[in-house]
Amino acid sequence: MKKIEAIIKPFKLDDVKEALNAIGIRGMTVTDVKGYGRQKGHKEIYRGAEYVVDFIPKIKMDIIVEAAMVDKVVDTIRQAANTDKIGDGKIFVMPVEDVVRVRTGERGKEAI
Amino acid sequence: MINSGDTTFILISAALVLLMTPGLALFYGGMVRSKNVLGTIMQSFIMISLITFEWVYLGYSMSFGPDVGGIVGDLSWFALNGVTNIPSSDYAPTVPHNVFMIYQCMFAVITPALISGAFAERVRFAPFLVFSLLWAILVYNPVCHWIWGKNGWLGVRGVLDFAGGLVVHLTCGVAALASVMVIGPRRNYGKSSFMPHNLPMTLIGTGLLWFGWFGFNGGSALAANGIAANAFVATHLGAMAGMAMWTIMDWKNTGRPTTLGAASGAIAGLATITPAAGFVSPNAAIIIGLFAGFCCYMAVSLKNKFGFDDSLDVVGIHGLGGLIGTICLGIFASKAINPAGVDGLLAGNGAFLATQLFGIAVVGIYAFGVSWILLKAINMTMGFKLTDEEQVQGLDLVEHNETAYNN
Repeated sequence: MKKIEAIIKPFKLDDVKEALNAIGIRGMTVTDVKGYGRQKGHKEIYRGAEYVVDFIPKIKMDIIVEAAMVDKVVDTIRQAANTDKIGDGKIFVMPVEDVVRVRTGERGKEAI
Repeated sequence: MINSGDTTFILISAALVLLMTPGLALFYGGMVRSKNVLGTIMQSFIMISLITFEWVYLGYSMSFGPDVGGIVGDLSWFALNGVTNIPSSDYAPTVPHNVFMIYQCMFAVITPALISGAFAERVRFAPFLVFSLLWAILVYNPVCHWIWGKNGWLGVRGVLDFAGGLVVHLTCGVAALASVMVIGPRRNYGKSSFMPHNLPMTLIGTGLLWFGWFGFNGGSALAANGIAANAFVATHLGAMAGMAMWTIMDWKNTGRPTTLGAASGAIAGLATITPAAGFVSPNAAIIIGLFAGFCCYMAVSLKNKFGFDDSLDVVGIHGLGGLIGTICLGIFASKAINPAGVDGLLAGNGAFLATQLFGIAVVGIYAFGVSWILLKAINMTMGFKLTDEEQVQGLDLVEHNETAYNN
């Protein structure tokens, strides 16, 4: 099992969610986050004083899938979240040792 | 003789001016960070209690009581002794004396509240209260007497101030400057961003201030008459022109017209038209408003170069507004508008402009000097500033044990 952690632009969330639903992903966890990479921040001006806002709002999605699904999910997120502009985000893939469903106690891929 | 129309108008005006203090609280509250919003609102709000107490027992008598040498009123009106519903022969002779008293009370309340914008987000509540009380007694009351009190010496010399360009805005502006110099900047000033946390709150405050200002300036005619009508119109024209000008300056210099800029321009226009509202024509009011938007915008831009942390621009907007409004009155005043006033420079009376400049110098130097001494003394004995750690936690939690936004 793998965890796919995707940082995307907030306005792309609905597109990505729908695309993932279409390939059979039935659950995900979404968090509002702030950060910056190559896009850097932006400027805001209050009464003529410029403030550089380093951290830009982004969405982080956590999705746990079977290892065989990883490439398909990553491709789907890439396609749905892509705007061809700097700041579209990143996708991280990492191993997951176990998954437990709280209600039933099921473990492993049954619990995903 | 009590005139029911005049009395109604001044009572309503008093309520309008009261509303400006909560309006100011929101205007300031929106511009600070979310951890300081309650403390900032409180610094305006609590003045309604603190200064009204002061006004009843000391302030009204010092400001308007029987004159002592042109300098101050005596204390014979202590605790409103003799201030009844029988009109005063010296002030607003067509309304009950206590109506005039409560109307003037609202001016005394908002003036120290205005200063609090300069040292926003960094001072302790207790020394702030001590400063505001002593400032009202030692700065506001005497200056108010000099200009508006019967036989006050600046009034006798011919200095005019229709609704508080000198008495309210210049005094609070120079006190703000002194406070910034004595108290010093916020932690990490120049490094961190101090962005406004809720501009819609600031814009609601602007709306309330603008609305209340009709009572502030219109009511200063002290009767429901043609002068009040002139002041009401001039107030609106000054404010709208100030907002237009600041917005244009913003757009031209930063590429975007900002809402905070529009609000700031409106307040600059209002502060600037205040001393002149009952003495100038509608066209002069528009010119004064445009001039206010331009000058205050430039002043606020320059502040960043001086390195003064006047957090919410009390000096650049209220101090400068009161100052240039008082000068503009010296230029644009016209007896054709107000026969009880005087002619200014454009009507061929340059001497009046000199009188106004004299008034600015006297009030500015006195208010700055006394404010500076008070601030130094309180800073040495009580200490104004929150520690760095307390500033990180915020006024709301450290000084008031509450937070504005919980979810």
